[in-house]
Amino acid sequence: MDLRVNLLGYTLDNPVIPASGTFGFGYEFAEFYDINCLGSISLKGTTLEPRYGNPLPRIAECPSGLLNSIGLQNPGAQKVVAEELAKLGRVYGKKVIANVGGSAIDDYVQTASEFNNADSVFAIELNISCPNVKHGGMAFGTDPKVAAELVREVKKASTKPVMVKLSPNVTDITELAKAVEGAGADAVSLINTLVGMRIDLRTAKPILSAVSGGYSGPGVFPVALRMVYQVKKAVGIPVVGMGGIMTAYDVIEMMYAGAAAVMVGTANLVNPYACRDIIASLPRVMEELNISSLKEIIGRAHNG
Amino acid sequence: MKLTTLEVISNRQLNPRTYELILSGDIPPVKSGQFADLAVKGWFLKRPFSIADCEGGRITVLYKAIGGGTREMAGWKKGDTTDALVCIGEGFDTSACLKPLLVGGGIGAAPLYLLAKEFNAMGITPDILLAFRDKEEAYYIDEFKALGNVYLSTDNGSLGYKGNALEALKYYNLEFDRYYACGPLPMLKAFAEYSRQGQLSLEARMGCGFGACMGCSIKTKGGPKRVCKEGPVFRADEVIF
Ligand SMILES: Cc1cc2nc3c(=O)[nH]c(=O)nc-3n(C[C@H](O)[C@H](O)[C@H](O)COP(=O)(O)OP(=O)(O)OC[C@H]3O[C@@H](n4cnc5c(N)ncnc54)[C@H](O)[C@@H]3O)c2cc1C
Ligand SMILES: Cc1cc2nc3c(=O)[nH]c(=O)nc-3n(C[C@H](O)[C@H](O)[C@H](O)COP(=O)(O)O)c2cc1C
Ligand code: FES
Repeated sequence: MDLRVNLLGYTLDNPVIPASGTFGFGYEFAEFYDINCLGSISLKGTTLEPRYGNPLPRIAECPSGLLNSIGLQNPGAQKVVAEELAKLGRVYGKKVIANVGGSAIDDYVQTASEFNNADSVFAIELNISCPNVKHGGMAFGTDPKVAAELVREVKKASTKPVMVKLSPNVTDITELAKAVEGAGADAVSLINTLVGMRIDLRTAKPILSAVSGGYSGPGVFPVALRMVYQVKKAVGIPVVGMGGIMTAYDVIEMMYAGAAAVMVGTANLVNPYACRDIIASLPRVMEELNISSLKEIIGRAHNG
Repeated sequence: MKLTTLEVISNRQLNPRTYELILSGDIPPVKSGQFADLAVKGWFLKRPFSIADCEGGRITVLYKAIGGGTREMAGWKKGDTTDALVCIGEGFDTSACLKPLLVGGGIGAAPLYLLAKEFNAMGITPDILLAFRDKEEAYYIDEFKALGNVYLSTDNGSLGYKGNALEALKYYNLEFDRYYACGPLPMLKAFAEYSRQGQLSLEARMGCGFGACMGCSIKTKGGPKRVCKEGPVFRADEVIF
């Protein structure tokens, strides 16, 4: 049984990648299991300067997921390259994806460039879809012209393949996908979180200090799946699928929709073993569904 | 820290809204101030609770039914199980403290029970100040009396001194070389302003409970720190409110 897939010139042992922001810089999870079973890891969103992010509360529970308004808390690109990658390197032997955030084109360009000499990074994931930072973040992800301009500049400066992470908070996600493909993006990943809010029944005030936040978890799976399906149809570059994946069945469904690999986010937060468990059950699920190679099922739902 | 399945041994109502839950399972050594994150069927996220006591493979949680999850927990019966992360966070620092004062506000007294036991084991009888809204909210008074010198206060004077915890501290003339406070944020803030010689146990809404999501990061003089990882106990002089 063959679980391997190719992504941006790199062969992953399996298509399961923890999603950015839900896996820290990886090593926290090494306390729970040997994380070398993971296909790769998408690191916590990194910005040029250190960021604290939004005030607490930053988490609000939902029936099938949660809202977060972290606001890209991270120690800044230089520290990530010098310290976090080194710490991760001690417990993880494979290559990883650096997730880059920003609030101006220049920020993104400089942050992405910081990873040029980081050997353990095989791709940049450009987060143009964070709903939790003012000035930018999602703005880059909602206007196709701005998104294309950003991708062109980052492509010029980065020595790594660039994957662009798309926002679901748009009327037509395929327009954004086509715009970044046209600007030279090597892949797209989707979806980031859906903007939502909750109100505390006892105080009648929004639970999140930022008022609204991004919704993720199993509740978003059907929306994510539909968007991956649409984007796969619209572009020729690889599509990395995520949003609400909790089980190996969800992985297969997402790959049928067109995902060349998948990212698993919120599942890690409610079960630290989620990715390990999903990977461990993939062979059994493949057997059940008569699948011998995962590469062959990418986009199968588009056939006929 | 560890993910494990715990079994309900007992779930006893202590007052109209407070319960004592005893769970058994494969529990690693617990330090006072550490907490457990309990899964509740039907709710997406686990609920964090201080470990109030730990003995012979059992932990005690003292909880107040305030919302959907804790109301569901109030119905737990002997033999029910819950998936839990146990022994999370850094606990209280009991080193180099000869005259501790333990201050609990409402349900915040919970982690102080295990802390008082730890001081007893060191040969120290701590002063314990318990502040409640009213007499109805009080719990575990006799249990605390067995471990230390208990001082009480309530907002309406129905039990002990009439006033808040800090007013009661002044009224009872309590002295300490370090205080250990857990309770509502305004109480913790008032204590931090009153004296830097203390440790505060903080709460935060959590996404994961083990350091992965940054959902619980507070600002400290030493940079951002996570309530679930570097906390929930912080030095009074490091927290930026
Ligand atoms: C480190 C720590 C220790 C705690 N120790 C205790 C204890 O010993 N006894 C006790 O009764 N309570 C304790 N709490 C508070 C307890 O976690 C909440 O009362 C509980 O999560 C409420 O759940 P609910 O479903 O009833 O409320 P809901 O309001 O329905 O919960 C909705 C969501 O908000 C979260 N939430 C709501 N209130 C709080 C809060 N105050 N702190 C953190 N998350 C919250 C819930 O976990 C859930 O994710 C502690 C909190 C923390 C962070
Ligand atoms: C707590 C939290 C933090 C996140 N931080 C980031 C981030 O820094 N960068 C990013 O591109 N996406 C971030 N995301 C979005 C996830 O990577 C993912 O796109 C989204 O959660 C949907 O997948 P899921 O339903 O499997 O979680 C975050 C999500 C959560 C829940
Ligand atoms: S709750 Fe996720 S880091 Fe603390």
